[in-house]
Amino acid sequence: MSTSSVSKGCFVFKPSAKKRRKTSDMVDYFSHGCDGGEDSSLRYTLCKKLWDTIKEETESLQDELNRQILEGLLHFIKRCCSGPRHTAGPWEARMRASEIPTAALVLGVNVPDHDMTFQSLCELLQQSVTPHVACLQAKECGALKGLMRKVLERLVGSAAEEEADEEEGDTHPHPKGAHCTLATLCEWYETKSKKSSTPGKKRSSEEEPARPPIVIIFKDLEAFNPRVLQDFILICSRYVEQLPLILVFGIATSPSTIQQVLPHSVSSLLCIELFQSLSCTQHLSTVMDKLILTHHFPFKPNAKVLQVLVSIFLYHDFSVRNFIKGLKLALLEHYLNQPLSVLCCEKKEEVELNTTQLSHRGLESVRQLASFRRYVEQQQPQEQVALLTSDQHMKETCKKLLKDLHKYHKNYYPVLRCLHALTRSLPRVPLGKQIRELHITCLEGNVWEREEYRSAMQLLRMLAKEELLRELRGCQDILKLCRSTKMRAPLERLQELLDQFERLDEAKPETAANEDMTSPAKSMEKKTDLFQLQKTLLEMKETRRTKKLSGFEILRNEALDFIDALVRSHLVPPETQPLHEVCYYSSSALLRRHLNATPRTSIQTALSSPYHYLQNDALLTEDGGVSNAAPDLCIVHKLHLECGRLINLYDWLEAYATVVSAAEGKDPESEEYGKVDELKHARFIQAVSELQFLGFIKSTKQKTDHVARLTWGGC
Amino acid sequence: MTASLQHPGYDPERLLCVAEKMPCRVAQAGTLLSLMGEPAQYSYPSIFLYGHRSTGKSHVINTLLMDLELPHATVSCVECVSVGLMFERVLLELFGPDTSTLLPRSPSLSDFVRIYRQQAPLSPANQTRYIVIEMAELLRDMDSNLLPVLVRLQELVDDNVTVILLSEIVWDRFRPNTGCFEPLILYFPDYSKGDLQQILSQDIHPSYSPELYSAFINILLGVFYSVCRDLRELRHLAALNFSKFCEPLKEGKVKESDTHKLWRNIEPHLKKAMQTVYLRDVSSVQWEQQLQQTEEKECAALKGLSAHAHVELPYYSKFLLIAAYLASYNPARTDRRFFLKHHGKIKKTNFLKKHEKTSNHLLGPKPFPLDRLLAIFYSVVDSRVAPSASVFSQISSLVTLQLLTQLGHDDQLDAPKYKCAVALDFIRAISRTVNFDIVKYLYDFL
Repeated sequence: MSTSSVSKGCFVFKPSAKKRRKTSDMVDYFSHGCDGGEDSSLRYTLCKKLWDTIKEETESLQDELNRQILEGLLHFIKRCCSGPRHTAGPWEARMRASEIPTAALVLGVNVPDHDMTFQSLCELLQQSVTPHVACLQAKECGALKGLMRKVLERLVGSAAEEEADEEEGDTHPHPKGAHCTLATLCEWYETKSKKSSTPGKKRSSEEEPARPPIVIIFKDLEAFNPRVLQDFILICSRYVEQLPLILVFGIATSPSTIQQVLPHSVSSLLCIELFQSLSCTQHLSTVMDKLILTHHFPFKPNAKVLQVLVSIFLYHDFSVRNFIKGLKLALLEHYLNQPLSVLCCEKKEEVELNTTQLSHRGLESVRQLASFRRYVEQQQPQEQVALLTSDQHMKETCKKLLKDLHKYHKNYYPVLRCLHALTRSLPRVPLGKQIRELHITCLEGNVWEREEYRSAMQLLRMLAKEELLRELRGCQDILKLCRSTKMRAPLERLQELLDQFERLDEAKPETAANEDMTSPAKSMEKKTDLFQLQKTLLEMKETRRTKKLSGFEILRNEALDFIDALVRSHLVPPETQPLHEVCYYSSSALLRRHLNATPRTSIQTALSSPYHYLQNDALLTEDGGVSNAAPDLCIVHKLHLECGRLINLYDWLEAYATVVSAAEGKDPESEEYGKVDELKHARFIQAVSELQFLGFIKSTKQKTDHVARLTWGGC
Repeated sequence: MTASLQHPGYDPERLLCVAEKMPCRVAQAGTLLSLMGEPAQYSYPSIFLYGHRSTGKSHVINTLLMDLELPHATVSCVECVSVGLMFERVLLELFGPDTSTLLPRSPSLSDFVRIYRQQAPLSPANQTRYIVIEMAELLRDMDSNLLPVLVRLQELVDDNVTVILLSEIVWDRFRPNTGCFEPLILYFPDYSKGDLQQILSQDIHPSYSPELYSAFINILLGVFYSVCRDLRELRHLAALNFSKFCEPLKEGKVKESDTHKLWRNIEPHLKKAMQTVYLRDVSSVQWEQQLQQTEEKECAALKGLSAHAHVELPYYSKFLLIAAYLASYNPARTDRRFFLKHHGKIKKTNFLKKHEKTSNHLLGPKPFPLDRLLAIFYSVVDSRVAPSASVFSQISSLVTLQLLTQLGHDDQLDAPKYKCAVALDFIRAISRTVNFDIVKYLYDFL
């Protein structure tokens, strides 16, 4: 089934008679879109499994990252409800103005990510502190009345449900509009706390205080109407003696907004404590660390895709959630459009199994891979023939190559981390502060050929001993963490180097002497003519004065040469690896088009060159203009570009009629030519109203029978 | 002030007791009492009390009504999100809980009056009923007929009822266009320094002598009187700082009589408190914790709310904000000069109209259309940016973050206008992070 349309969208395909009556689920959807039909379900399962793992991983990561701030907040709320008023003396308690304890939660501008944080906060609170939590969003609380109703609904409503579970018949009716006041809440709370203080209730466990606080969370403080917020706080402060209220403000910008939103008379009713969350860039780094800079996930975005995702994050929204969504899209696209993604699995056994089950067609597509062809060309002629003819041999080779690819990844990331650990604290960080920048550079091409790498190495060769040792030890730790056989030798070598560095202090005089011994000996060899001798002596003198090549320096050079060799052998870009297409997703343009849509450009393109979308040969023109056979809308748009800010509707109609008459092939000399009949009039009106709907023109009162243009530019 | 509270209608001993509860407000209470007259007498239909925050308006009226056991209902306007709530509260407090259920779903004024008239004879009181309405200034935002009705409610319900309005602003600001019945107006003046001293000194700490506490209050007022006369705040500050004041006494370093040393000890703390905890830049709990810490640690001082002014924004949002700032503070006619390469020379003096010569930063931000924002944005941002949907959505998210304000209607088609709502310091910090020298582009700083 296919459509002639180019635009991506939903198309209704009526099922052909009896064929498959059941509703199509995700698998069907997937296989519809797939190129190679046969293993689509397998690819779907692989994709789903991988995505589930990624999702789980990110969620646990999110919890991990939020833990600190949430724990601080929980501690604060617990402390508030146990109350400073009870700990201080009676005199202070009487004298202190009763303030509402308030937590200001600064979460950063990545608003889409906040939902998750608030959700886990709510869950945590309900688990450990209080059942009374109300979460409010600005868009549902336009006025004080709505705000009150929401608060009561959330508090009383949730409790009523719980109540209904416990004992039937004693449900609280939902508060009616007029009765939504804090006084009602007060009464409700009193009966509630009286009930729970009677023994035999499960709520009166030890960790839960007898009077659990009421927590009201304002998710987005900036978006709330300040007036409403002020009034609400004023009301709350009147009840703070009777109700243990605690407010939580979710702030996207900076805490000083509180002072901008609330006047002193209101903010003096609050006792604000600040909680700052992790910055979103740090958040992204951890997510990247867990999802991308690891060999656990077989799916890899290539340099350009990663660049697109990161730049959307940095330039547009700062939202980690959207980043992960982008990654999900890439994952889906990869499994959908790359038939060989069937080999992209998490476990070795699966890879083997899927390779053996690869059909002839699948193998053919492997043979067509650019990377595989390159690999074949490097082989012996005999081997080449075997690879191209024998499917069995081909499968074995595939297995081997995929194993190699896995090994490559296993070595790549530790070495990447080592290089980053060494270079991140260099002055002016030539290789980037963040490991993702280095990663992208390495993916793009041979990193050691870059100017930045050279300068980084030069800087490294100037490091002092302590720093160098510290960095090298860091590298050692990183290498220890990875359990790859190939890394064992470098690790030993590094250990050896470190030992040598350690021993350097004791052995220093000896090596110095050694050096003295060797260097004259070297010069002796060249003692052929006087001039040469003089020159070498001068050079020697100079070098000795400027940089007495000590034992440490020799060792340092050795260590850095070792690092350099490590980089050269393991940080080669993935494009050089055969079968890299299996794991790497590369269509960045598609991703960009989906994630960073440019609706305006698309509309412009559609209107100015309808051929681009319609692919109808009749619309082709030589000079790139609009042919007169184009849809009415395009013609009207083209004509309106020729006008100024105000467009005379009648002139426009006339011009339109002329163009359309030409399209109808009428004789320019005839009387009918360019005449406005009813049909043309109607078509014109419809096109104009479509143009208005698209936002290009609007009606105006400045001049009769004119419309105003909303765009500028044109012919 | 020495004049004690006297009224023929009430028991003198009780009055004495009441007068003790309201120090420095006996004069006002006396006037009030004489206005209210004897319990059984008809009182004036409405009384309007006004004065600054915490000048004892509510305190005086509530103490009088409570202690003299007069029938009354107290409502705060801020709580009454609808008029119905106010009626309900009044009926509930005057006639018991059953009456409020008689009100229909969204009651009108006449419903209220009807039910009041029904109920009043059922529970006849031979004393004047009082309806106290706090924060009455909010009445002006409610139904326009509410205030005129309330001030002459006595006539309407035909009952011995007096409405007492409490407000922080003067009656002149209440008077509706159509005019209305004029209530009796009573002004509550601010407490003088002596009054404050007298009132605050009453909260004696049980373990210290009254003289010491009084001395402390004296010092406190010396520091804070110039900025704050709010009794509630002062009392709060006194409670927060008294323990620090007593610290040397506890340690035995200073005797109670040595007020000078005590003053030397506490004064810097109070000065600091004025900058931080009084402004609620630092919460009172944090302040107390800090006071408990030892001197050395104190240097690692508390960071108040205003210390965290830094906002992290996505790259293009920063440039959008910069563009918005430029559009807000530069006259539109100067855009050519800043953003075109060959603009020719424009002299500052002759180029602009007279009103544009005053500093735009003094006049505040001016509205600008979306087109201009985008045009400036594209010329300041260093790379080519596709006009993608997310660039536009960033504009609206800047609006929700209140860094920009949208003016007028929400219709996106109708050429929306915006204003930039951030300060110069903020925008300078932002532009520094993207290496953009904003001062070079601001007309005011040429």
